[in-house]
Amino acid sequence: MPRPMTLGEKILARAAGVKSVSPGDIVLAKLDLCLGNDITAPLAIQAFYQNGGRKVFHRGKVALVPDHFTPNKDIKSAEQAKILRDFAREQKLVHYWDQGEVGVEHALLPEQGVVVPGDLIIGADSHTCTYGALAAFSTGVGSTDLGAAMLTGKAWFKVPPTIKLVFKGRRPADVTGKDLILLAIGRLGVEGANYRALEITGPAIDRLSMEGRLTMSNMAIEAGAKTGIIPPDDITRAYVEARAQRKPRYYLSDPGAEYERVEVFDVTGMEPVVALPHLPSNVVPVSKAKNVVIDQAVIGSCTNGRIEDLRAAAKILKGKRVSPRVRTIIIPATPLVFRQALKEGLMDIFMAAGCIISPPTCGPCLGGHMGILAQGERAVATTNRNFVGRMGHTGSEVYLASPAVAAASAIKGRLALPKEVRGSNWKVGVKK
Amino acid sequence: MIIKGKVHIFGDDVNTDEIIPARYLNTSDPKELAAHVMEDADPAFSARVKPGDIIVAGKNFGCGSSREHAPIAIKAAGVACVVAESFARIFYRNAFNIGLTIMECAVEAENGQVLRMDTATGKITNLALRREYAAKPIPAFMQELIAAGGLMEYVRKGMMK
Repeated sequence: MPRPMTLGEKILARAAGVKSVSPGDIVLAKLDLCLGNDITAPLAIQAFYQNGGRKVFHRGKVALVPDHFTPNKDIKSAEQAKILRDFAREQKLVHYWDQGEVGVEHALLPEQGVVVPGDLIIGADSHTCTYGALAAFSTGVGSTDLGAAMLTGKAWFKVPPTIKLVFKGRRPADVTGKDLILLAIGRLGVEGANYRALEITGPAIDRLSMEGRLTMSNMAIEAGAKTGIIPPDDITRAYVEARAQRKPRYYLSDPGAEYERVEVFDVTGMEPVVALPHLPSNVVPVSKAKNVVIDQAVIGSCTNGRIEDLRAAAKILKGKRVSPRVRTIIIPATPLVFRQALKEGLMDIFMAAGCIISPPTCGPCLGGHMGILAQGERAVATTNRNFVGRMGHTGSEVYLASPAVAAASAIKGRLALPKEVRGSNWKVGVKK
Repeated sequence: MIIKGKVHIFGDDVNTDEIIPARYLNTSDPKELAAHVMEDADPAFSARVKPGDIIVAGKNFGCGSSREHAPIAIKAAGVACVVAESFARIFYRNAFNIGLTIMECAVEAENGQVLRMDTATGKITNLALRREYAAKPIPAFMQELIAAGGLMEYVRKGMMK
């Protein structure tokens, strides 16, 4: 009888052309997609040419997304982005976005149907693990691995042991995918899943939207994980079938598949949480951090810049003003998200509330541009990292939270729970 | 290879934002990157570090972003080896890919002490304390990559099959 496998192991085995893999095996596997951005791809392109590269292995399987320092923030970053642009044109890459079409890579690729379930993907960006929400095995690598992948279409993988996360119970309305994954990172620690895959499951996940799932898989790396896979279900199928550019392959973990351990989280009665500086694992309930005064709120990023995230923020901000001391920056992650938000009137709500609207970009999340912090300033952000200096000065601080918490905090001028600012129009909400 | 160098101590969870802050990622030039190496963990480090020195750190060194600029900056600054109790996965992979020597080992050391390390056997000696440590062996596949001269050489030699 064949060894029962997790769905991640099945994807690796399929791509490596073998019947079965076990944790610890080293496999050389064919990639369905490899990607890079304006920070990481220039080095990969350099490695590609230095090693005799002429044509990429498949012009439909290399994706380049200039999203970090775009629109170009200075001359040097303009030069980096130009390297991508020239390469994409020369190689006639199918998946290259520019001008008003570019968005944050890990929001853009799923939305455009470029990544599909069952894929094996590497990306020269640590948040490539986001596609685990679509039941793909996807993981972050460096530029050299991307360069080698563009040449050969392959990458080597050490098959990781899997930690299963089970989220049980009923998720309260104010608790989002962001809160669930922060809860998990708080328990696992920032190194807790190093060299391991996460499989994210349970009744609370079954009822979570694709946006919420993308947020959760996105932050698997914050526990050190190689990938964070969510088993495919009807929500996956509905999302994928509306946009897939290729045929998906739906895998499920076998009964009896091997897990290194199982972590169970009961989310019934859970409160929204926040990660305090300077590690994503410093997680406490927001109610325990309400004395933290803030100078900036950032709502966006590959973690929380999707339409559901903007809806959640707009629901809080509707008819209100942000605190005069809080610069509130809204960053729709993709042009499609931006246009949808316009159609739904969300942008009007944000502007009436005194928010700044940014074009799609990674921007302030990594301290790039479009919202950098001065010494002593504090930001609440829906992004993914709060390391020292992440959003600006080494003496600044970042607090990670959900869009609803960020919006409520923007109004209050301090970390706040959504229920603290809810107006009489709460039940009506925002038109979907 | 025998490495003998002066130690610079760092703590746990040193992340790639501290190793090379994103504000310097508008370039891929190793020399420019080296000028800012470890800046957000220790602003004086790049002025203090000498070729052949050794970084000793705690758990989860190199966590966070996948930026290869991090090991490149360390290597270009002349650091001969990073010894850490453990490495974050992507940093570990990147270090081998670009030829930065790293060893996984919990070493007792203080700033300025000298370590002697044998990369072949994994034996590390703190000459000041006269204590020996054994680094975790490098996986066989990684040794193959190193022997080939790194990932790109491995690819070029047609070994990626």
